[in-house]
Amino acid sequence: MRPLALTAYTATSCIGRGLAATHETLAAQRSGLAPCAFETVTLDTSVGEVPGLDSAALPAELGEFECRNNRLALLGLRQDGFADAVRECLGRHGRTRVGVWLGTSTSGILETEIAYRKRGPGGELPATFRYRGAHNTFSLAAFVRQVLGVAGPAAVISSACSSSAKVFASARRAIEAQLVDAAVVGGVDSLCLTTLYGFNSLQLVSRTPCRPFDAARDGISIGEAAAFALLERVPGSCDAGTALLLGTGESSDAHHMSTPHPQGRGARAAMLAALADAGLGPTDIDYINFHGTGTPGNDAAEARAVAATLGARVPGSSTKGATGHTLGAAGALEAVICTLALRHSLMPAGVNTTQVDPALEVHYLRENRPAPLRRVLSNSFGFGGSNCSLIFGRAG
Amino acid sequence: MSVAPALTASLRAVGLIGPGLPDWPTAAGVLAGGEYAAQPTVIPALECLPGAERRRTGTVVRLALNAGLEAVSRGAADAAALPAVFTSSGGDGLNCHEICETLASAERYISPTRFHNSVHNAAAGYWGIATGATAAANALCAHDASFGAGLIEALTQVQVEATAVLLIAYDASYPDPMRSVRPIPDAFAVALLLAPEVRAGALARLTVSVTDAPAARMDDAPLETLRASVPAARSLPLLRQLALATAGRIVIDYLGDQRLSVEVA
Repeated sequence: MRPLALTAYTATSCIGRGLAATHETLAAQRSGLAPCAFETVTLDTSVGEVPGLDSAALPAELGEFECRNNRLALLGLRQDGFADAVRECLGRHGRTRVGVWLGTSTSGILETEIAYRKRGPGGELPATFRYRGAHNTFSLAAFVRQVLGVAGPAAVISSACSSSAKVFASARRAIEAQLVDAAVVGGVDSLCLTTLYGFNSLQLVSRTPCRPFDAARDGISIGEAAAFALLERVPGSCDAGTALLLGTGESSDAHHMSTPHPQGRGARAAMLAALADAGLGPTDIDYINFHGTGTPGNDAAEARAVAATLGARVPGSSTKGATGHTLGAAGALEAVICTLALRHSLMPAGVNTTQVDPALEVHYLRENRPAPLRRVLSNSFGFGGSNCSLIFGRAG
Repeated sequence: MSVAPALTASLRAVGLIGPGLPDWPTAAGVLAGGEYAAQPTVIPALECLPGAERRRTGTVVRLALNAGLEAVSRGAADAAALPAVFTSSGGDGLNCHEICETLASAERYISPTRFHNSVHNAAAGYWGIATGATAAANALCAHDASFGAGLIEALTQVQVEATAVLLIAYDASYPDPMRSVRPIPDAFAVALLLAPEVRAGALARLTVSVTDAPAARMDDAPLETLRASVPAARSLPLLRQLALATAGRIVIDYLGDQRLSVEVA
């Protein structure tokens, strides 16, 4: 594929609002995970909660979209001048020539969960319930279109934990096909009862802050995040250091709904497809941001897949020890973390992990490592066997 | 006014399940001017999944997979080799309802199967297990624009990746109380097998662009009700054009401020 420029990007999660705070937390090797005190949840686990959302009501004119997920989306859009950058982009290309592809798995389901507790005597939902603006999976993209004034094609991709990685692939196809000239991509997922109690029922939630690739890893910590990027064709005169999307690769496990193929078959296919798309070989990758959820099976399958495709020497880490697993937002959040790694020449450590599992053939970073980075790869794998790998680089 | 450029693909086959419309040939007969007798949608069992997986699937997954299998069969394609694009406004509404009821109770125990079926890409996941398809599978939602969003995603894949793609758009009813806020009357699914090159037996070439012209409606009142109330059935004017086997340009609904112009040739 022809590379695309990330002309603006931003991320907000439990490790910080915006790029500077996110980088500062990663540079300090801190985790944003804390014991769960979310809503009425009584599970013994840690979560990556973004503080302040409960009191961050949407402006009245956006009231039809009121829900935690869209509050988090708005908070994210307001960081790093992202909304202004999109406005300038609309001026360059026209409102209908810019599309929106966003990933979410939760949308505003928390509002529905709460509404079900407040059903009337006949089982009816409270009159304030908003299906289109809050519950429906598309509400995130409808909201972001309205906030930014974008009027081009739009879709939400909801493929569980690969959602907001796959948006990069769909958006770049739309740009390549000249359907649009630019695309707002990203992902927003927010804490809710469905994911906390659901992953708990699968016995995939850790009681301690998650420890990806640790010998004693025992599950995920759920987080929430909003991360966005503005994708455009690489301009003729491109500033050195501009972040570039170099390749995307997608695949399906065709194996099981909630456990990955044990040999990481689909993960291998996604990484190989991304390399082929970028015209790169395995030795061209300097750092891997692992999917690295912290469950025994996921990390083992990913380690096997990485060893088989890139070899076991490429340094990598999972930043989910810092951010938690932000599910439908993880792909976009970790894409932005990859661009920060490139910008600051810093491979972020996988925090919380104290003893890397000796059974995993993987070069896992437990300490930050400064190094000039040219190209980095990010993995995102989801339920249903949905896999996506992305490769980012910098303009020279 | 159409905004160039357009997306194009050859349409090799169609699969369809809807109320009183058990398959594409029946639907094509109705859409070409035959009598439409609206009846509750009948969703067949799935023979292609292993027993354990089959027991775990809900009717919405069976709806989507059956439509996809019909298109693959009619197009004599190899499902295992096809990328797939699934698109749905609400996914499995019954499963969502059951989870919300459980979470509103004192117990809050969601079964593992219910949870993994709650992902919007559940149909895509079961499709891979059923057919062995390891290519990319997407899972889209665009509320009432879900069919159009899926068509755009599928066509950009055909054009940019130069591959055949299976598009499956599907929607089904919610139970109460969600039904009262999102009244989708019955289940409907349509699958289009799209490819870059024309092959013998292809149904038509589709060329799609964004337009602000108004969407076509169905002349038959029950079919128009179906079109207007089920997002996946926003495809009906396009399907009618295909059933009539005549060239022409029709406009279908997309996002609130945009429609899609589809040139059928």
